[in-house]
Amino acid sequence: MASLNLLLSVCFCYVILLFLVAFVADRLAARGRSTWLRSPLIYTLSLSIYCTAWTFYGAVGYAARSGLEFVTIYLGPTLVMIGWWWGLRKLVRIGRSHRVTSIADLLSSRYGKSNTLAIGVTILAVIGVTPYISLQLQSITLSFSIFADADPGSDDRVGATVIWVAAGLAVFAILFGTRNLDANERHHGVVMAIAIEAVVKLVALLAVGVFVVWQVSGGIEATMARIDASEIGRWQVDGGRWASITFLAAAAFVCLPRMFQVMVVENDDERHLRTAAWAFPLYLLLMSLFVVPIAAIGLELMPAGSNPDLFVLTIPLSQGREGLAMLSFLGGFSSATSMVIVAAMALSTMVSNQIVMPIWLSSQTQQASQSGDVRKIVLLSRRISIGAIMVLGVAYYEMSGGGAALASIGLISFAGIAQILPALVGGLFWRGATRLGAIAGLSVGFGIWMFSLLLPGLGSGLIPQHVMEQGLFGIAALRPHALFSITGMDPIEHCVLWSLTLNTLAFFIVSVASFPNPVERLQGAQFVNVFEHSAGPRGWTGSVAQSEDLMVMTQRILGTQDARDLFQREAALQGEYGQLPEPTPEFLERLERQLAGSVGAATAHAMIGQIVGGSSVSVQDLLAVADESAQMLEYSSQLEAQSEELSRTARKLREANEKLTQISLQKDTFLSQVSHELRTPMTSIRAFSEILRDASDLDEADKRKYATIIHDEALRLTRLLNDLLDLSVLESGQVSLNMRPGNVKDVLDHSIVSALAGADGSLDVIRDEASERIPLYSDLDRLAQVFINLITNALKYCDAGQPQLRITARTAGDNVVVDMVDNGSGIPTEAQAMVFEKFARVSAEKAGGAGLGLAICREIMQRLGGDVVYLAGQSGAGFRVTLPTKGEIKG
Amino acid sequence: MSRRVLLIEDEPNIIEAIRFLLTRDGWNVNTHSDGTDAVKVVQEAKPDLVILDMMLPGRSGMDILRDLREIVELAGLPVLMLTARGQSRDRDMAEKAGVSRFMTKPFSNTEVLTAVRDLVAQASRS
Repeated sequence: MASLNLLLSVCFCYVILLFLVAFVADRLAARGRSTWLRSPLIYTLSLSIYCTAWTFYGAVGYAARSGLEFVTIYLGPTLVMIGWWWGLRKLVRIGRSHRVTSIADLLSSRYGKSNTLAIGVTILAVIGVTPYISLQLQSITLSFSIFADADPGSDDRVGATVIWVAAGLAVFAILFGTRNLDANERHHGVVMAIAIEAVVKLVALLAVGVFVVWQVSGGIEATMARIDASEIGRWQVDGGRWASITFLAAAAFVCLPRMFQVMVVENDDERHLRTAAWAFPLYLLLMSLFVVPIAAIGLELMPAGSNPDLFVLTIPLSQGREGLAMLSFLGGFSSATSMVIVAAMALSTMVSNQIVMPIWLSSQTQQASQSGDVRKIVLLSRRISIGAIMVLGVAYYEMSGGGAALASIGLISFAGIAQILPALVGGLFWRGATRLGAIAGLSVGFGIWMFSLLLPGLGSGLIPQHVMEQGLFGIAALRPHALFSITGMDPIEHCVLWSLTLNTLAFFIVSVASFPNPVERLQGAQFVNVFEHSAGPRGWTGSVAQSEDLMVMTQRILGTQDARDLFQREAALQGEYGQLPEPTPEFLERLERQLAGSVGAATAHAMIGQIVGGSSVSVQDLLAVADESAQMLEYSSQLEAQSEELSRTARKLREANEKLTQISLQKDTFLSQVSHELRTPMTSIRAFSEILRDASDLDEADKRKYATIIHDEALRLTRLLNDLLDLSVLESGQVSLNMRPGNVKDVLDHSIVSALAGADGSLDVIRDEASERIPLYSDLDRLAQVFINLITNALKYCDAGQPQLRITARTAGDNVVVDMVDNGSGIPTEAQAMVFEKFARVSAEKAGGAGLGLAICREIMQRLGGDVVYLAGQSGAGFRVTLPTKGEIKG
Repeated sequence: MSRRVLLIEDEPNIIEAIRFLLTRDGWNVNTHSDGTDAVKVVQEAKPDLVILDMMLPGRSGMDILRDLREIVELAGLPVLMLTARGQSRDRDMAEKAGVSRFMTKPFSNTEVLTAVRDLVAQASRS
């Protein structure tokens, strides 16, 4: 026989393992390496906290007591997953988009942020779930006691196990469940740990099942025969009870706080639901596969009076399989612990957010401006809540004496939680559902449940015997198990029927009769139509997120950057580190004023009020908002149209003016430049012609010299006039181009000869004639004019001792590129930009030209569809001529 | 001692013509063809008259004129300004800057000679 000590150490090691898993998963998630932590598989496994110790141990007991009825517990969730997964998807979407932290939060948010409702649901959940937690503790104790019975002298230790287990679970839940504040940040560690536990319990149950069927019973056929022979095969199927329990299980699956936690709050991706829709029913199927065989064989094998809830443990033990029993124990332990941890987390979030924090905040209104540490308070209140819930669970266990069958406690719990269903489903799908309706329905259902199921179920004494027999106040219609004098029903079926029917009726009737306030209507529309605008406004749930919500709202109104600036400024004013200021009254007032500038005072007030005050928006507020908006819309559209036209006209005028000024300036400059270029040679001509005329004593040499000057200056004038005419024709676009086929080499040959003929200086032209054989179609005379101009410039301006001009030609795509680079000192950087301007002269010395050459070159090249540019960064002055090989006439 | 004229002009042929004219009339002609250091050259040469071209490499004749008028020891120095740009705005600016005579190119030789004689005579009288 396995000693209790061994069991305790295995158990301890297992818990350590879970801590490690949770720790590592949290670490990975924090480092962002959490992709596999977010797989649909993990999600599905985490849903398996539905299968608690009740299903692990209790299902067998259930089957032993009531035959196939245990199937209903699996049937409910299966029907929900397969038949209603679109409804779950809506739930998940709402949960995500409204940053809902719990089911109480969801209902409160849906029904106009009602605090009453939140508190009511929280209390209901605590009352409903506490028996369930104690059920888990009971199962662990029971399983311990099985081992303890076999290990004499250890009884005293079993009594204390409940406390130790509860404490350990509380520590786990606190460590991994309250590490982050934002409930939207998933608890990867916890989810991972419960996923592991899900695998352990499935493997354990399957192992026991396989052992029982093939080892103990001797095969499938033998097992089937034994089942037929046992009482299980003869159980009657009670239609009403079946239907009501199936329905209860389905309702609980959706409404249980812990299920909401793993299904909605911990959900990472809506699409995981698709996988879970088939994988989770499969898991349930595997879990239920061996329940009947184990029950049947247990009934046959075990001595009469042994607890069928523990067959899973006792059968292997009776066969001397301690290892298997140990595994089975771990399976049950896993089922219990995972449930307790998640339930404690979910409940603590609800208690802390819906009860503790509102009370704390309202007690802090005076010092609201200096409340810098809300986050710590929230975490602390959650931790304390977890502890309190565990204490409650232990207390319930001690009180109820741990005697009741596992399954019946579970069902009582389910029936209580199911009271949430009408308000939940109504809130998701019916816009007409109101807060008052939800409160009415919940109160009615909760009251009936307490009266007809919970209190009687807690054992004798809580409800006096005469009330049980004669009804409340002696009215027969108010007997807990026979409401309205309908007798002969199963208590569960009876309770479910009456509580849920009256709950739904009250919910419906009061909803129809009452008028929802504006916030309720807004939220109702958002919830019911969540798929239409799930990218829309998020719910303002939880007091801690206020600044963030204000930020989001402000961004929407002022724009991201302005809002961020504003908030940073305010945060700095408050001496806060970071982006978000505390929502102090001063800050809110300033923010309201700021927003009022954009959306109007009434709107700003209503918006901030909705986020911060939790105060509802009155109809008057909404009307004022509507009026304001309409007026402002009209105004602003008019103003916008006017100002747009004005600014358009102004812009056009300004552009026209700028253009005129520029043209006038260009004209002035050009005229004065032309004047200068014409008058200068004319001055020389006039002066020397007067000298020749007036001075009779000149010798022949002087006469000849002066006549030569006159001649040269006359030529210069002619050249200038020619250039001016050429440029004017090119610029006006009236030039007629003479396009014909030719070759770059021929054009260069001709240009070089022309440029060098009769030149004073010397210039070595370096060419690679082979590469110049590029056929082209262009105005070859104009192109030659450009080349001649560039070569002449090199002749005139190249200041090297041995002037050289390197000419290279190549094709680039459809273009010919001809570079001409000399070995002089080049053109200074600051002058490069203006060498193509008219009358631009770079060097101080006169070189005979008027400064129009390069301007003409550029005009010509542009007419030919190409360009000429200065090549910076060469050894000397360089120019690049680019033109299409197959030119078309431009302009 | 013959009177000295400083000719500040960058066009070689025009320098040649004016030098011929004034030398024949008995003037001692110095020339300078860069605007940058023109003011310094005037201060050192201390001529009886300056003929100043408007468009010079390095610095415009207008700027040189303004500088010259700032120098106390050069007060009363006659400046004959020549321009090829022929814009009335230039004449106004030059007169405001204190030019003694403003002439547009091309000029007649007699005109230049008369102006030089008159201006130097006026300057020596005052």
